[in-house]
Amino acid sequence: MPVKNVYEARIEHLQILDEEARLDEKLAKWPDGRPVLTDAEVLELYQYMVRCRAVDDLAFKLQRSGRMGTYPQNRGQEAAAVGAGFAAKRGVDYLVPCYRENAALWMHGLPMHYVLLHWMGDERGNQIPDGVCQTPLCIPIGTQMLHATGIAWAFKMRKEARVAITFFGDGATSEGDFHEAMNFASAFQVPCVFFCQNNQWAISVPRESQTASETIAQKAVAYGMPTTQVDGNDLFAVVRASTDAIERARAGGGPSFIEAVTYRLADHTTADDARRYRDAKEVEAWQKRDPLIRLRSYLQARKLWDDAKQAALDDEAKAAATEVVRTAEGIEAPSTDEMFDYTFAAPLPAELELQKRTLQTHSLGQDPAQAGLSAQQA
Amino acid sequence: MTQFAPPMPDLDRSLPSREGDRVIQFREALREAMSEEMRRDPRIFLMGEEVAEYNGAYKVSQGMLEEFGPKRIIDSPISENGFAGLAVGAAMYGLKPIIEFMSWSFSLVAADQLLNNVPKMLYMSGGQWGCGAVFRGNDGAGGQLGSTHSWCVEGLYANVPGVKIAIPSCPYDAKGLLKTAIREKDPVFFLESERMLGDKAHVPSEEYYIPFGKAALMREGDACTLVSFGRPVNFCIEAADELRGEGIEVDVLDMRTIRPLDIDSILASVGKTGRIVVVDQCWPFASVASEVVTQVCERGFDLLDHQPVRVNSDDVPAPYAKNLEAEFLPNKTKIIAAVKKTLG
Repeated sequence: MPVKNVYEARIEHLQILDEEARLDEKLAKWPDGRPVLTDAEVLELYQYMVRCRAVDDLAFKLQRSGRMGTYPQNRGQEAAAVGAGFAAKRGVDYLVPCYRENAALWMHGLPMHYVLLHWMGDERGNQIPDGVCQTPLCIPIGTQMLHATGIAWAFKMRKEARVAITFFGDGATSEGDFHEAMNFASAFQVPCVFFCQNNQWAISVPRESQTASETIAQKAVAYGMPTTQVDGNDLFAVVRASTDAIERARAGGGPSFIEAVTYRLADHTTADDARRYRDAKEVEAWQKRDPLIRLRSYLQARKLWDDAKQAALDDEAKAAATEVVRTAEGIEAPSTDEMFDYTFAAPLPAELELQKRTLQTHSLGQDPAQAGLSAQQA
Repeated sequence: MTQFAPPMPDLDRSLPSREGDRVIQFREALREAMSEEMRRDPRIFLMGEEVAEYNGAYKVSQGMLEEFGPKRIIDSPISENGFAGLAVGAAMYGLKPIIEFMSWSFSLVAADQLLNNVPKMLYMSGGQWGCGAVFRGNDGAGGQLGSTHSWCVEGLYANVPGVKIAIPSCPYDAKGLLKTAIREKDPVFFLESERMLGDKAHVPSEEYYIPFGKAALMREGDACTLVSFGRPVNFCIEAADELRGEGIEVDVLDMRTIRPLDIDSILASVGKTGRIVVVDQCWPFASVASEVVTQVCERGFDLLDHQPVRVNSDDVPAPYAKNLEAEFLPNKTKIIAAVKKTLG
């Protein structure tokens, strides 16, 4: 009996704007001839990327001067976030983030200072305003992918033409949540897009040590899900692949997977020093592939951009970042009440009401009647 | 975000009588509660392992696939963390998930979603995103299932703020508490027992909702206060009936929910009896029984005429052998001995 080949898989890598900022004119158009991105759109998205970089730079300085807690820079990954954010419909599709796609969140209407407020240690930074379709930042690794699957399941149950797009890193693909979310999404054919920002490093663990798979994208093959790898520093490729995936999901075609190959140019967070474990030559090589540099070269070659415009944008982005910080720092610290009030839906259970009063009256134990601390102070 | 909050009915309304001749099983009472609520609101769905085609591993969902169809009665892959996390997302976008764990013992692989996400979602989003899902299934020793399948999770899970935990002891409460659980805006862990699913008692056909945080006084007396929840309530009632034969009359309080905990009813009873025995299937260390005793000491120390006594399972993994498992669990004999100890 001959051995039969029962399955074969192929992983494509999509690049449209290469490292030298040369555009593949064919791939830069949809089959119907429309451009994947118009000049005006490229200009707008480039500005988001620059603003994101400016906030990163300022946040880093704030943390070093003790004005902010830990902060994870987005540096190097702006094209991936902005491209995916652009492909999702604002006010319709739901972004289910981890924590390294700030620009996508802002594009979908999250006030910029919310992200900084969150990293300054204030839950209200996750209080997503009405009409903004995204879930709070998710700091544990991978848990949000299951939430995205559940949200997408709800879209399907409610027959709404929406798509959930969830972001995570290469490290998260080792988590059980990743596999369970992918399996559920595919078994239930829900409108969910899994967008992996493969930035090569999970804190200090390189991608090669994270998994023996040759690509992250191939992991989706096992779940029967359309999958592709894209150059994550190529805005055009990210937009094209994300739009394909999102619109397939919207049309009832189920979930898809995208591996955006990019690089974390900064430390994991401000609590990290990547110089201790990364080869400087590797970082240098990736700096040349910086998505901001690539897109600027493209715009300049098309005569859409020049040094004066860049200088003006840099100034504007710096001013915006400063304003964002000023807004975030101007918000008063939350009241003690909030700590209790959001533990359960209203009304507050009696036992928490008691503890709230206990704290307010500086008393001991769980009983304001004991009034221990007040008594001692008196 | 479209939070789905079914209106909570008036919980002050008086409950129907426990007496009657509409005798059904505990599992049927659970099914009735889910079905009544599901007929009213299409956003409620039941998901779990074997709940649909197989009619439930323990036949709780028997016939529900036929009535509600495969979009609302859903067989899931064997992936507890998966469907727990899916429930979080579904609840965030306006559905009302009822998640069945075949056993709460299996929920341990979903601990990150259940303990680190479900109860904190509302808090971490500054009050914006709740997770009003119901998670239900068998809890406690099911009868020679061995130590990995005999978990009483309430001791562990009750430590986490943000969840409500209901543990019915009889078919009547199973229906009334589960209906309330489905109407709750907060996440509810609903703990059943494989050993009680076949228990039969009168369950009113009408709809009723038992408020959370209100204990039921199952026997009345002034010698001692017996506090319990879930299956051991039945052992307490057996013990109380036997003690009555000896002229010792005790209060038996069925807590029905441990989060919230009706400490006021406990203190009122201890005010009358001066003695308390807490019966809890969990291990003793840092258990619900420990919490009850602590709160009684903090708030009612002067009411006590004898130190509180706990009857827990022994502090070892649940044994597999029939005789050892019986020894390990709380039972009537241990409870009677504990009451007599307080009467010293």
